[in-house]
Amino acid sequence: MGEGGQDDDMKQRKTNLEPVEPVAEKPQSQEPMGRTSTPQKPEARLGREVQARIGQQLRAMYNDVVSQGVPPHLADLVRRLGEQDAEQ
Amino acid sequence: MKLDPAIRDQVLATVPSLRAFAISLSGNIDRADDLVQETLLRALAHIDSFEPGTNMPAWLFTILRNLFRSEYRKRRREVEDVDGRYAETLKSHPEQTGRVEFEEFRTALAKLPSDQREALILVGASGFSYDDAAAICGCAVGTIKSRVNRARTRLADLLAIDGVDDFGPDRATRAVLAGGGRN
Repeated sequence: MGEGGQDDDMKQRKTNLEPVEPVAEKPQSQEPMGRTSTPQKPEARLGREVQARIGQQLRAMYNDVVSQGVPPHLADLVRRLGEQDAEQ
Repeated sequence: MKLDPAIRDQVLATVPSLRAFAISLSGNIDRADDLVQETLLRALAHIDSFEPGTNMPAWLFTILRNLFRSEYRKRRREVEDVDGRYAETLKSHPEQTGRVEFEEFRTALAKLPSDQREALILVGASGFSYDDAAAICGCAVGTIKSRVNRARTRLADLLAIDGVDDFGPDRATRAVLAGGGRN
């Protein structure tokens, strides 16, 4: 049946957050030569560390609930409904 | 016609993350579990409309989100419980995250507009692609990206995270100093 794969998939998923655009990869002072400085809002430049930290906290909070597993009454509900005719 | 056990197991495997999503939407464990239960009832009643081989989590999340949205419109006058019950559902938190910091984060997250919060959770915590998140929320991928970016920017503001230095060991010290300055 191989349904275990689905489970693993959900558990092992990591964040899909892309870098905030535009990402400040380098310190502000290092404006590349020949490139026009485009005005950016300060808040548009979140460092990688900040993003990583937010992502980390987000997942910690979320995974706390995920790790509680399936409450028994919900597991029963799914099993019970699964035994019934789908049209009922 | 009984439910295919493989499909049933896919549904069951999604329940934990469905709960986490429901709690982050509603901020309330009781409402979250009602929401998950309602989602499961609806999903299993319409399981024929699920195409085997497609993304079960995305399908279930879409149902849950739509239920939440319609319920939310009905209950608009009720105040969202952003502070109270959510913390009670959390039995532990990771060691690397201090209690105060964790509370700060949770409170800041609750202050985000709900469309930004859900986008951030779907992509940043549930692990959906931007495409899936857009499908779940019924909007364009660009809209999801923009909501996620605004959410993260706002979070950083709310948490007063200005840069890498704020994560250093001196953060607490500086917070005290900043709090002490009354000008």
